[in-house]
Amino acid sequence: MSTTNCYHCGTSCEPVIAIQEKFFCCDGCKLVYQLLDENGMCQYYDLNQMPGLTAKGSFTSEKYNYLDSPSIQDQLVQQISNDQALVIFYLPQIHCVSCVWLLEHLNKINSGIIHSQTQFEKKEIKIIYNPSLISLKELVQLLAFVGYEPMIHLGGNDLISKKKVNRKQLFKIGIAGFCFSNIMMLSFPEYLSVEASELGLLRPFFIYLNLFLSLPVLFYSASGFFISAYTGLRQKWLNIDAPIALAIIVTFSRSVYEIITHTGAGYLDSMSGIVFFMLIGRWFQDKSYDSFSFDRDYTSFFPLAATQLVNGKEENQPLASIQKGARLLIRTDEMIPADATLLSEGALIDYSFVTGEHAPVEIPLGQMVYAGGIQKGRAIEVEVVKPVGQSYITELWNSPALQNEKNKIQSFVHPWSQYFTMVLLLIALGSGMYWWWVDPSKILPAITSVLIVACPCSLLLTVTFTYGNVLRWLGRSKLYCKNASVVESMEEIDTIVFDKTGTLTNHQDTHIEFMGEELSVKDQIAIKSITRESLHPLSQLIANFYTGIDQFAKVESIQNHLGKGTRAIVEGKEYLIGSIKFLALQGVQLTSDIKGSSVAISIEGKFKGVFKINHIYRNGLVKLFQDLKSKKYHLYLLSGDKSTEQMQLAQMLGEDIPMIFEQQPDDKLAFIEKLQSEGKNVMMVGDGLNDAGALKKANVGIAVTDQSHLFTPASDAIIEGTKIPQLAQFLDYAKKGKLVIILIFILSILYNIIGMYFATRAALSPMIAAILMPISSITIVSLSALFTYLFAKGLFSKN
Amino acid sequence: MSVIILLIGVSVLVAGAFLAAFLWSVKNGQMDDDYTPSIRMLFDDEINTTKK
Repeated sequence: MSTTNCYHCGTSCEPVIAIQEKFFCCDGCKLVYQLLDENGMCQYYDLNQMPGLTAKGSFTSEKYNYLDSPSIQDQLVQQISNDQALVIFYLPQIHCVSCVWLLEHLNKINSGIIHSQTQFEKKEIKIIYNPSLISLKELVQLLAFVGYEPMIHLGGNDLISKKKVNRKQLFKIGIAGFCFSNIMMLSFPEYLSVEASELGLLRPFFIYLNLFLSLPVLFYSASGFFISAYTGLRQKWLNIDAPIALAIIVTFSRSVYEIITHTGAGYLDSMSGIVFFMLIGRWFQDKSYDSFSFDRDYTSFFPLAATQLVNGKEENQPLASIQKGARLLIRTDEMIPADATLLSEGALIDYSFVTGEHAPVEIPLGQMVYAGGIQKGRAIEVEVVKPVGQSYITELWNSPALQNEKNKIQSFVHPWSQYFTMVLLLIALGSGMYWWWVDPSKILPAITSVLIVACPCSLLLTVTFTYGNVLRWLGRSKLYCKNASVVESMEEIDTIVFDKTGTLTNHQDTHIEFMGEELSVKDQIAIKSITRESLHPLSQLIANFYTGIDQFAKVESIQNHLGKGTRAIVEGKEYLIGSIKFLALQGVQLTSDIKGSSVAISIEGKFKGVFKINHIYRNGLVKLFQDLKSKKYHLYLLSGDKSTEQMQLAQMLGEDIPMIFEQQPDDKLAFIEKLQSEGKNVMMVGDGLNDAGALKKANVGIAVTDQSHLFTPASDAIIEGTKIPQLAQFLDYAKKGKLVIILIFILSILYNIIGMYFATRAALSPMIAAILMPISSITIVSLSALFTYLFAKGLFSKN
Repeated sequence: MSVIILLIGVSVLVAGAFLAAFLWSVKNGQMDDDYTPSIRMLFDDEINTTKK
């Protein structure tokens, strides 16, 4: 049978479900198409081929019941007027033009939606709707139906404050730019040294206008530098902004003095120019990745509410108000919000958020289930043992080791700027002494000129632009750093700790092999026929394992023992497929010693073998470890798993890598702490909440994700899984960034020497200052871009 | 020569108007998202042929 691609989502499928010669992989996709077609919205499919997301179809209507509760609506919705409400959702699925189109035309599907606007990079949608026509729950259901299920979490709306800060930065740049360009224009007569007599009244007019224009630059645009310098000084610490603030103040006061005493026009153009360029530099460096969040704690992972059973009735309760002893109903695909004991059968919990291990675990009645697990089987009832804030996984966040701020590595630029300031003050003093000897009237001009010309802004500009560029290049290669100081910390790293599951292995790819007696084709058909009936992820894997088989046998009877296995009869033969324990319970004699996750098979009570499920290690790991070893990094491997794969790992990565297995989250954290107390600079590469503590504690914590929209725990950087093999190059590139800064800094010292030559002779004309300042800024910015580009080419083109 | 004073005054005012426009656009949120508008302009206008 030939296969085709689903018209909606592009999944390859058999052409079974069709409308008007358009084929769909499932009814869900067809329904979405029909909905769009009815509303004349097929442009969705013209903008991009097969843009849709495979319709989950399975979402239950009860899932969003909690959205009806007023206390939760208060958290999410902002009432604009009686019939208008505003809500902002995070939709991680947004990925193409069609998404934007569909989401911005939602009002065609439901007239209750007044306006919807997406922000592509933030993956956000802002919806204004009429609550009397469509409820919040219906709105979310509609979004989920068309394939964009919003992520609604406790720690949600922290984005708005970030936006405000960003705008303020733009205000400052705009005003500084405006004042700078006008001051420069009005300073032209000074540059051309037009005779004062020729200008008459114009000269004072120009000069006073300049003075007026420089005020907003000094008091508004440059305020950030003053504040930062002041807070630094109060802590008895001369930070990089201190000499800049000093230079700005000196330049401004000397200019005012010259203007008032009619001795010159001052250096207001240079001053406002410096502020303008430095603000741009900061903005360039700080422009971060909007769609990533680096500060997620457990609240971002947990749902807003849970279904509590009170006297047999279901009630939606916000998580915070769930007490010890509460009975909760956890439906399929819902998360367990607090540590609890299991009250019903059929728990099949996926702890991948917590441990990184994807295969669901069956939990027998009466046992503990832990917060963060996702129920994969049917709905279960649990009784809460600890409130949400005290659960095992949330405790990790409150652990004292994480309370103190990450010991911020002082940027290597800071000591430099201190030396710089020291040398600067010495030169100023020296030239002052000289002129005191020779011509006391030039003392003040000489000293101020030195401070004006030699401001360390070239150093600051170098740093901000170079790190800004490095961040961008790393981002293009799918390593997204939180900020520039992460790049700087990466240079210092000497020890790298890897997590195994999900980091070295790939979540999505599993390798399955059958170990045991050869099965006859008939048996294979039977097994495929049985397993494809089940929704259990392991059954699905087995069904997909027999790709060559395209006929099916009739399954005569089938008994599912949830979370244990399946007993089925096909053509009169009894098949048992399930865990080892299940087979043993059914009285099957087991003949092999099996480790790791596996599914055992027996036919007619006779043990046949097991399907062994292994995670696939990412490609290129061998080379990565060789590269890292040759660069003298200390490497460690931590894993929450049992040591079943140790041999294989040692073979692949080398015998000399210490591997530590069966590590609990707090063990990992302690391990990082131990390394740090030995004076090592540690980088942790991991995923999942179980690594969260270690990621946070490490000098650099890199979270791994295989889909950029999946949630990652708080970290310093996020890397796309496929790029892990390039980690050595990334570290190299961060080192190159430092080299670029040093190179350019040497250049800027040259500029400073030239300026100093004029300044110490008390012969700094505004003209020279006005030429030196933009030239040095522009060469610094462009050289930084050029060097970072060249190094990036050299490193990333090899792959 | 004094006309230059006037001209300068006008030029600063014009520049100031542009600054005001910029500040307004920032405040209005037009600079918050610098990517989606580039997608949005690709959408065709409605072709209402399929409507009943």
